[in-house]
Amino acid sequence: MALFEARDLHKRFGDQVVLENISLSFEEGQLSGIMGPNGAGKTTCFNVLTGRYKPDRGQVLFGGEDITGQSPRQIARKGLSRSFQIMNLFDDDSAIDNILVALPRVREHAWSMVRDLGRDSAAHDEAAEVLARVGLAGKELTPCKRLAYGERRALEIGLALAAKPRLLFLDEPTAGLGVEGSARLAELIGELKRQLSIVIIEHDMRFLFGLADRISVIHWGQVIAEGTPTELRDNPWVQRSNLGALDT
Amino acid sequence: MSSLLRPAPLITAPMLVTLTLLASTPLWLNAVGLYQYLALEIAIWMIFALAHNLLLGHGGLPSFGHGAYFGLGAYALGLLQQRAGAGLLLGLLGAVLLTALLGALVAAFISHRRGIYYALLTIAFGQVLWFVAIKWHTVTGGEDGLMGIKRLPLELFGQQLSLESNHAFFYFVLVLLALVLIGLWRLVHSPFGRVLRAIKQNEMRAAFIGHNVWLVKWIAFVISAAISGLAGGLFALAQQSAYPNVMSLHNSGFVVMMVLIGGGLVSFWGPVIGALIFILARDLLGAYTETWLLWYGLLFIAMVLFQPDGVAGAWQAWRARRRARSHSAGGALPARTKEA
Repeated sequence: MALFEARDLHKRFGDQVVLENISLSFEEGQLSGIMGPNGAGKTTCFNVLTGRYKPDRGQVLFGGEDITGQSPRQIARKGLSRSFQIMNLFDDDSAIDNILVALPRVREHAWSMVRDLGRDSAAHDEAAEVLARVGLAGKELTPCKRLAYGERRALEIGLALAAKPRLLFLDEPTAGLGVEGSARLAELIGELKRQLSIVIIEHDMRFLFGLADRISVIHWGQVIAEGTPTELRDNPWVQRSNLGALDT
Repeated sequence: MSSLLRPAPLITAPMLVTLTLLASTPLWLNAVGLYQYLALEIAIWMIFALAHNLLLGHGGLPSFGHGAYFGLGAYALGLLQQRAGAGLLLGLLGAVLLTALLGALVAAFISHRRGIYYALLTIAFGQVLWFVAIKWHTVTGGEDGLMGIKRLPLELFGQQLSLESNHAFFYFVLVLLALVLIGLWRLVHSPFGRVLRAIKQNEMRAAFIGHNVWLVKWIAFVISAAISGLAGGLFALAQQSAYPNVMSLHNSGFVVMMVLIGGGLVSFWGPVIGALIFILARDLLGAYTETWLLWYGLLFIAMVLFQPDGVAGAWQAWRARRRARSHSAGGALPARTKEA
């Protein structure tokens, strides 16, 4: 059974049908990719899968459980974590403070009003470990807004990782990164891939083809192709798009 | 604001300084031409401003109708004393519980909102209460309010302590202020306080990392309303009356101005500093001119334009500049040291 499955998802905003009959499934232990041109409905699809929007029709299953229409909070607590394309950080706080509020052990004590989080050294160690995993060791106390762009992207992923997810969704993680930044990010994600199941939306095809086990191509709100990167190289749509660059 | 990494002591140096300074006022206040009632009122407004800042400063929740809870506390205390024969502590407890209850009800209607919609709803609810206070003559006494509220004696361990003098009542308020300070200081450093701070910065992300944003906002509002009710009850005792003005939009605005001028958005101490400045300004400027609020308003505008982080913000910026001069700031995690 797939770890995550979406069946016949429909979503429309007003007259505009954004998702039409989308079915996807992501396997445990794999890195799955969703790709497609700008405006294809990728981000809407992601938002429906992670509970930000409710689908008009269809079903979302996570670990065999129906999570359709559940709130982001409920879904997050089931072990599904996501990052955002437009960065969504706690900008006034230091890098480590960002991670701390996302840790499950802090979440479980969220109702405590007397416990001093400053004395919880286990939580600090855990948060520092997450930062080290995303390559931010040494930046713990740097205020979030003073981090370099690439570091903020890494923190964005760290925040999603902090919740110790079973499945990690990354929304356009390379957005705004240069070639060098993308390469470093690919390295990081390659590392994470060995530890947990990941789904990535990306329009940087080279990036995705280098990392993903399976890729679904979305266009006009529909899944138009699916397969391993090798299989997809021969796909007419993929060929027609600027993937020629892949072979060079 | 301090990093999470720093343990928060139960009682801090600024707390001791504030409380000692206030506690010593009976010794020198008259000598500088002021009077004890002023210190009493300042202490009460500090409690109210601290309560308000739990929402505005720590939660980023603009409650602009907070006078309603202050006012309800005042009326509740008066009515419990005059109609139900409640003693001092029972009256205050009742004021706190009733405002908490009203806060719970209002918060249930507004906690899914934020920003300007949140602010407008709090104003609307505040105005409803103010209107009730004015119109419900048989209970609230209408525009005249409730007169003749007594400072009943404090009964503790079989002893009776009279609180009728301003000195005695001041020390009673000071003890409550200390409790509120310690309690809120703990709260903002607890996991709950940190989640509230996260919600202030990014509500959506807080939800996506699994926090119950609505409930955290609701609880923060209830706590803030309850403490405002306590302040209102104390104010009724201080003034020995409760009148609709304490519920007015005016009063709601005063507490916002205190919190902002003091620097509540960036510091725990903002509301304490702000309450001190506001009440002193009212008295000192008020002694010179009836239009003191005009001058205070201009000061407020200048502050928002040139020093939006308030007095506490200016202080923090000054300290940061000094620290930067003495050593360049590092971003690495230091060995865990105990710092005050």
